[in-house]
Amino acid sequence: MAKHKTPMLDDLEKGPWPSFVSDIKQQAEKGKQVLKDAPDDLLGVMELSYEDRVTHWKHGGIVGVFGYGGGVIGRYCDQPEKFPGVAHFHTMRVNQPASMFYKTDFLIGLCDLWEKYGSGLTNMHGSTGDIILLGTITDNLEPMFYDMTHELNQDLGGSGSNLRTPNCCVGRARCEWSCYDTQEACYQFTMEYQDELHRPAFPYKFKFKFDGCPNGCVASIARADMSVIGAWKDDIRIDQSAVQAYAGGELKPNGGAHSGKDWGKFDIMREVVDLCPTGCMWWDGKKLTIDNRECSRCMHCLNVMPRALRIGTETGASVLFGAKAPILEGAQMSTLTVPFMPMEPPYQELKDLIEKVWDWWMEEGKNRERLGELIQRDTWQKFLQIIEMEPDPRMVDEPRSNPYIFWREEEVEGGWTRDINEYRKKHQR
Amino acid sequence: MTDEEAKKAILDSLGEKSGAKTKFYLKDFYKILPDMKPRDVKNIVNRMVGEGLLEYWSSGSTTLIGLKGAGKQHKEED
Ligand code: SF4
Ligand code: SF4
Repeated sequence: MAKHKTPMLDDLEKGPWPSFVSDIKQQAEKGKQVLKDAPDDLLGVMELSYEDRVTHWKHGGIVGVFGYGGGVIGRYCDQPEKFPGVAHFHTMRVNQPASMFYKTDFLIGLCDLWEKYGSGLTNMHGSTGDIILLGTITDNLEPMFYDMTHELNQDLGGSGSNLRTPNCCVGRARCEWSCYDTQEACYQFTMEYQDELHRPAFPYKFKFKFDGCPNGCVASIARADMSVIGAWKDDIRIDQSAVQAYAGGELKPNGGAHSGKDWGKFDIMREVVDLCPTGCMWWDGKKLTIDNRECSRCMHCLNVMPRALRIGTETGASVLFGAKAPILEGAQMSTLTVPFMPMEPPYQELKDLIEKVWDWWMEEGKNRERLGELIQRDTWQKFLQIIEMEPDPRMVDEPRSNPYIFWREEEVEGGWTRDINEYRKKHQR
Repeated sequence: MTDEEAKKAILDSLGEKSGAKTKFYLKDFYKILPDMKPRDVKNIVNRMVGEGLLEYWSSGSTTLIGLKGAGKQHKEED
């Protein structure tokens, strides 16, 4: 029997999708969690929020585990008498394993632990990628943290003005398009920057994300202050007989992903060649030709014909900076900064780059200003000086939106001073 | 400036401000110690948290830092 009447939430269970309301009810009924009333009271306070149309959560607090400045987010309910089970309902963010690979016994261990110390409710995963453990009290934070780190060998993730938990796509573990080992990179950067991850050092949050190729399965280009996106330097490898097999209908395009409906016969011209955004492909009925110099690595042709086309062999990554969701300014994608960088452990080149960026942002960034906003405010040119890179036409978004790079005095022969008399000999007033 | 002097400067400065504001951005600490590198100030502040002199307050998205025990939250929610 439910503790609170929740007609509006019950309504949410009626749709065709799995429902979080049903999940919370299931946990309430199971009742193995140490905070007995948490799931029921969570439903109750949510129903009240729907009625009142305002939140009943208070934001933030002084909670955490010893030595860490992130990973725990304080949540208190402003109706503690009505809903004592969620009076304190702190969230723990747990660093997910790279690419979110789990063994069943690990998941069982984690769930058991969370029932021992918390509400039993989890959110797999938060948008940064962390395992989110929803709802516990301050006194249970340290014992939970101790058991999790000692029994499961798992650490907290980032929150607050920290480096956030690095995140990567499935990469070479399963994907033939991965231009570098995203899991290894994600792991190495997580280990190298433990201090930045756990101890607040920045004006605001900072995110790394590692995509193995431009398909961008972790959407690094839209979400990460530093996006690392796999790229290759040489040519797309073409198996002409497989191209013919696609053209002739023997191989299914997109690995058969669109076979549920009748889209008609596969047309290589209409579905591949004409859709190439840079117009760098030709098909003469027998042979596919690609002008690789013009290819922008959009992945379209490789996605449609994976058996025929493969990424090149000289692989690494492009590094981009500055993506973020709208807070101060509008949403922003990250901007191409280093077109190609080899990606082999220990990734020293990338580490040197990121440390220059941090030094600048820590000094110049305003409170709650993301890196992308600082670049916008202080100019891309300044950013390039900081990271000691020359401007490159590939960094210009599109013609005429930001094509101005100004000379600095030391770059001009003779600086800004001139002999006015010499000048007047050739130029009238 | 030695670490001890820097710590004292931080504690003195936050002490003076008490009454009004109790929580500060890390950047505010750079202003207390303008001659030190931000990275060094950060390290001192983090060490002071470890020693129990300062404490973090986090909204989940932003982190603020204050003198341990100062401010509203302690009275209301401990
Ligand atoms: S981003 Fe690319 S390499 Fe990574 S999983 Fe997606 S398709 Fe594969
Ligand atoms: S990857 Fe994109 S740009 Fe390159 S050849 Fe294929 S479709 Fe064209």
